[in-house]
Amino acid sequence: MAQKAIDPAVRILVCCGTGCIANGGLEVLAALRSGLAHRNDMEVESSDSALVTGCHGLCAQGPFVRILPQDITYCRVQAKDVEEIIAKTLEGGTLIKRLLFRDSQRKEFISCRQDIDFYRHQHKIALRNVGEINPDSLDEYMERGGYQALRKALEDMSPDQVIAEVTRSGLRGRGGGGFPTGRKWLSCAATADSPRYIVCNGDEGDPGAFMDESMMEGDPHSILEGMIICAYAIGASRGFIYVRDEYENSVRRLEKAIKDARARGFLGTDILGRSLDFDIEIVRGGGAFVCGEETALLRSIEGEAGEPRDKYIFPSEKGLWGQPTVINNVETWVNIPVIIVHGADSFASVGTESSKGTKVFSVVGKVLHTGLVEVPMGTTLRRIIFDIGGGVPRRRKFKAVQTGGPSGGCIPESGLDMPVDFDSLRQAGSMMGSGGMIVMDDRTCMVEIARYYTNFLAGESCGKCTPCREGLRSLLEVLTRICHGQGNPGDLDRLEEIGETMRLASLCGLGRTAANPVLSTLRYFRDEYRAHISQKRCPAGVCPELTELYIDAVLCNGCTLCVKYCPTRAISGQVRQVHVIDREKCIRCGECVSRCNQDAVLVR
Amino acid sequence: MTAELRKEETAEEFHKLIQGYPPEKRYIIPIMHELRRCYQYLPRPALEMLADHMQVPFSQVYGVATFYKAFSLVPKGRVNLKLCDGTTCHIKGSQGLIDEIYRTLGIRPGETTGDRQFSLETVNCIGACALAPALIVDEKVYAQVSNARLQEIIEQNRRGEDGTESN
Ligand SMILES: Cc1cc2nc3c(=O)[nH]c(=O)nc-3n(C[C@H](O)[C@H](O)[C@H](O)COP(=O)(O)O)c2cc1C
Ligand code: FES
Repeated sequence: MAQKAIDPAVRILVCCGTGCIANGGLEVLAALRSGLAHRNDMEVESSDSALVTGCHGLCAQGPFVRILPQDITYCRVQAKDVEEIIAKTLEGGTLIKRLLFRDSQRKEFISCRQDIDFYRHQHKIALRNVGEINPDSLDEYMERGGYQALRKALEDMSPDQVIAEVTRSGLRGRGGGGFPTGRKWLSCAATADSPRYIVCNGDEGDPGAFMDESMMEGDPHSILEGMIICAYAIGASRGFIYVRDEYENSVRRLEKAIKDARARGFLGTDILGRSLDFDIEIVRGGGAFVCGEETALLRSIEGEAGEPRDKYIFPSEKGLWGQPTVINNVETWVNIPVIIVHGADSFASVGTESSKGTKVFSVVGKVLHTGLVEVPMGTTLRRIIFDIGGGVPRRRKFKAVQTGGPSGGCIPESGLDMPVDFDSLRQAGSMMGSGGMIVMDDRTCMVEIARYYTNFLAGESCGKCTPCREGLRSLLEVLTRICHGQGNPGDLDRLEEIGETMRLASLCGLGRTAANPVLSTLRYFRDEYRAHISQKRCPAGVCPELTELYIDAVLCNGCTLCVKYCPTRAISGQVRQVHVIDREKCIRCGECVSRCNQDAVLVR
Repeated sequence: MTAELRKEETAEEFHKLIQGYPPEKRYIIPIMHELRRCYQYLPRPALEMLADHMQVPFSQVYGVATFYKAFSLVPKGRVNLKLCDGTTCHIKGSQGLIDEIYRTLGIRPGETTGDRQFSLETVNCIGACALAPALIVDEKVYAQVSNARLQEIIEQNRRGEDGTESN
């Protein structure tokens, strides 16, 4: 075969975030490297041209291969496609249509990432480097302006000026509470005690969110840089990054980043030749949700069970080992270098009156393009879910979006045009949380979802205070009864009463917000609860005892797909004849509903 | 990527591992993590040794070990099915997979089969929500697992084949 030489300037970025690894990203990378090494005329080392990056955001379409400088993005690439990519695209200069992103609304194939709606409407500040650089390369980070903020802070600014700049930017903590970051730093700096500590909260306990993970594994140096700048501002000597137990990749990449930063003099003694001594170590979490709460997290670092304590004194005054401690979320840290380099005014020009900058959301669930989305504060839910996320797939109907993690709330369709910021979400009975957004369609049962969160929180309640421990247990008992078809008319008032008590009387944020999922679904989806209780019917067809599935004789085209996939062989029917579900054998697993291409399996 | 080889459960091995850390309380959890990596659970004699090393009462070490979900006090099966039941996986059908595993292997979350071949553990979000529902076996993540795919995965592991192919 006549080969054309591959342009030596070509760079091939392979996404190796957790999602893409699960879909075979590492195999694609290995195939690319060995494929390129076999091309004799390649002047560059294959490992220099096929590069690892962090998450590209659009995980469901992964693994991603992005070819620069042409800027071609291929999706759903498998190792077996690599030979063709090298021959046709790298050598032949032609596109492989089947690997391009397909816009199902516009019905076209798109090669350039920026033309995909999912990316076009985003505004990247926190995710500025994620997916663009090799997270293991300090050089690549520096080529994109990394550690310039640190240099600027140390050389041109006093510690007070750094704090003032952060305060003026209006940055609020991205871990959920939305506390003004500058104010937190100031109160720590104002104490007389030392040593002082800095902690990065990378516990990301919200089940269904992965934005902090993408930053830890995709751009670890930005986190380090933010922490070092804070160390200078408040005079801290040691820092800790607390990483969620499940995040193997994040730990590995952070470890490498810390080692490299030490070798270049960004960590250690006399940082950048100034009299600043600061070092960072990684602490791995133990898989307890409550440890995301800051006082519990600090106890966990100390080697104790992670039980929270009452916060009449803030960690900024008495934190780790009783010393002043600044604790911020991953995304908060990543914003710091940007504020220092570009200034507070530039940062504050994005966002709403009360919430400045951008926020990263992990938009998942029943949405076409699941993935990470960064938008200015104040963007509407509709824009995020429909314009960027592509809406609900499979012609189903949008029902609600759950924000704020397990103790957040569900927002119905009527709330879609609300601009999202810390305060608007709270008014709607939910919260910002750390940025999880779970889209639900008409096949999601709101009672069951409330039961799911309550069950999760009941398992995570540390048990120290009674309202949270017992309240959750009672809520769970009532909700479980309702899901099993044994609910009573008085149950709804009872749920509200328990929830209210928990909100008022619990010790920490977990208990105070734990009834949110129940209260918010009761507020917006009361009819669905009533259907479970009085009609003994689950409208979404999820709760097995209250569900009956049937096949619509008009819609069914007799394709036998459901017959094939039914785990209990409850469906009978011949090709091109209407199929029938045997009620006795059916276990309501819903496999047939999701398999049917005609949407012919319905809930009675 | 395979899990680290299991070490012998002997006092010498425990001793070597634990002595690798200074006797400061903040190393209790890192030591437990390493024990878990080596044995997949926390053997009681090792915990007793750990309490001695830290000069704290055994009850305190026990309290920490039972507080964190990552640690188990009972041995796991040869193959540990780690099923994600995070929110996204939940609404995309992880409950159905839990039921299917029960029908196939007769175990519920936290349990091990009688022949010690399989155990089932549920976790809350592994950060691969876009690929829900997700299942991890031996550090390999299986994406968008259906009931049929689950059966294949169980069969592969039953025979002891490594399931390195991806879908
Ligand atoms: C139950 C509970 C769980 C929490 N989980 C997390 C978490 O996983 N990650 C996080 O950054 N903050 C979490 N927080 C918030 C932290 O307590 C704390 O406010 C945050 O780390 C402060 O950083 P920030 O000001 O940068 O947001 C949680 C709070 C509560 C009450
Ligand atoms: S909820 Fe299962 S991977 Fe996130």
